[in-house]
Amino acid sequence: MLNYDIVVVGGGPAGMAAAIKAKECGVDSILILERAETLGGILEQCIHTGFGLQYFGEQLSGPEYADRFIEQVNALEIEYKTDTMVLDITEDKTVYAVNKKDGMLEIKAKSVILAMGCRERPRGALNIAGTRASGIMTAGTAQKYVNIDGYMPGKKVVILGSGDIGLIMARRMTLEGAKVECVCELMPYSSGLTRNIVQCLEDFDIPLYLSTTVIDIHGKDRVTGVTIASVDENRKPIPGSERYIECDTLLLSVGLIPENELTKNIGIGLDRVTNGAVVDEYRQTDHEGIFACGNVLHVHDLVDFVTQESQIAGEGAAKYVKGEKSEPEYIFAKGIGAVRYIVPQKINIKNDGDVKLFFRVGSTFKNATVKVSYNGGEIISRKRPRLAPGEMENVTIKNSMLREFSEGGTIEITVEA
Amino acid sequence: MIRNITCVTCPMGCSIAVEINEAGEIISITGNTCKRGETYAANEVTHPARSLATTVRVNGGVYNVVPCKSSDDLPKEKIFDCMKEINSARVDAPVKLGDILIENVCGTGINIIATNHCPAK
Repeated sequence: MLNYDIVVVGGGPAGMAAAIKAKECGVDSILILERAETLGGILEQCIHTGFGLQYFGEQLSGPEYADRFIEQVNALEIEYKTDTMVLDITEDKTVYAVNKKDGMLEIKAKSVILAMGCRERPRGALNIAGTRASGIMTAGTAQKYVNIDGYMPGKKVVILGSGDIGLIMARRMTLEGAKVECVCELMPYSSGLTRNIVQCLEDFDIPLYLSTTVIDIHGKDRVTGVTIASVDENRKPIPGSERYIECDTLLLSVGLIPENELTKNIGIGLDRVTNGAVVDEYRQTDHEGIFACGNVLHVHDLVDFVTQESQIAGEGAAKYVKGEKSEPEYIFAKGIGAVRYIVPQKINIKNDGDVKLFFRVGSTFKNATVKVSYNGGEIISRKRPRLAPGEMENVTIKNSMLREFSEGGTIEITVEA
Repeated sequence: MIRNITCVTCPMGCSIAVEINEAGEIISITGNTCKRGETYAANEVTHPARSLATTVRVNGGVYNVVPCKSSDDLPKEKIFDCMKEINSARVDAPVKLGDILIENVCGTGINIIATNHCPAK
C-alpha cells in the first residue's frame, strides 16, 4: 500500500491547479492520478485560442494554458501517474487504481481531491430515432480525431447543439475542408458564447437553426443524411416542418455531464441541478477531507474559473491535512427563480476570509439586478448589464458579513429584471 | 450601405451598425456602448482579421500532428490560403511549444507557432 497526504483524481486543469496550490500551502506528499497518456486533460485537444484571458491576461490555446501548469507540476516535483485509471475510492479515503506499469494500486490518502471533469452527453441520452450507422459522434470525439490524431471524421457535417464545443468544431471542420451544412439548436437561443457564434458560424456562412432538432438519422453502414424539424414551445417537432439534409456525419454538442461515478460510490451527496457534489466554501464535500473542483463539481464555461476554484480546493485540502480546520458552522446558499444553482452550497461562517458565490441563471437578462439576502433581509444588490445562461456569475460575501450570520441561516440569490 | 456587426470584444455582444459609402469609407458607427466596440466595428469593415489555430503534420513524432497558431491575427480573406500552406507543410519531431513551424505564412509576415510539444517517437 502507498501512502500520500493528498491524492488528486484527474490531471486536467482542475487537478493540476489543486495539487499546485496544496503544495504551495506546504503539503509535500501529493499524487496526481490521470487516466490519459499526459497531464492537461481536455485542454490538450482544445487547440483554439481564448483561454487564459481572465487568469493570465492573454489569449492562449488549450495546450498552452495546460503547459503552464504542467511546467509548475514538474518544477514543484509533484508526483503523478498517467495512463492510470482510478477504479474506486472508499469512505476511509483508500484509492484503488490500475495501470500497466504498477498493476493494481492501493493508495491510502489523508485527503482526496476529486477532479475528474465531465463528459459529453452521447446519442443514447437523446433518444434520436434512426439507424445505427457510423458517422455519429460527439463534437469532442471529432475534436480528438482532428486535433490529436490528425484525421478528418467526415466531409458533410450536421451539428446538433450550439454549445461552444459544437460551434468550435463547426469552424474546425470547415477550415479542414469539410462542408458544415448547419447547426441545429433545440432551444430558441444558443448556449454558446457570442464570439463563437460570430467567429465560428457567421464567418463561414454556416446557418444556425434555432428551435430545431434532428428527428431521424438515415444510412445503413454510414450516415447518409438526417431529418431535421422545427420544434414548438414544448420542444415537440412541428408536423410538416421536416427537412432532409444529406450528410455523412452528425456531431452532437448537447451538454456536458460531470463524471461523478466515483463520487457516488463513496456515498457523497450530489446537487440535483449541478450534478456535482454539494460542497462548502473550500469545495469540501459532505465527506470530511474529500474535496471536488472543476467540471466534476459543476460545468464551467471558462477554464480560468476552473483554475481559481481548484486553487481554493487545494488550499482547503492542505488546511485539512495540516489539521487547521475547526468544527464548522454552516449556513446554506440557495438560488431563487432564475438563479438555477449556487456553488458553494454551504458556507462555514467561521471562515476567516471573503467567500465568492458562483451562480448560473436560466435565461437571458439585460440591465438586471442581482440581489442577495440573508434570512430574508437584503444584504447585497448589484447591477449587471447582462446575464446569460452560458456565462457564470459571481458575488462576494465579505467576511465582515459572514461574522454577523449564525449557524443554519440561509443566503438566497435572486435576479430582478 | 449599412453593415451590421456583432461586437465580440466583450460578452455584451452589442449590435453595431456601420454606415459606409461606395468607396468603402466609414460614414458613421452606431449601436456600440464603448470605444472598443467602435474600433472593433471599424476594423471589421475595413480590414477584418482573425487568429488561426490549426495543426501541422509531424514526421516521426508520437502524434501525427502538432497544434499551432498564428503569431498575430491574419487577414480574414487569407485564412483558407494559409490553411492550404499549413496543411502541405511537414515538420520533423521533436517539436517544442513556441517553435516557429512556418515563417511568413502566405506572405503575410506572420509566423505559425507550435502550441504544444510533440516528442520524437
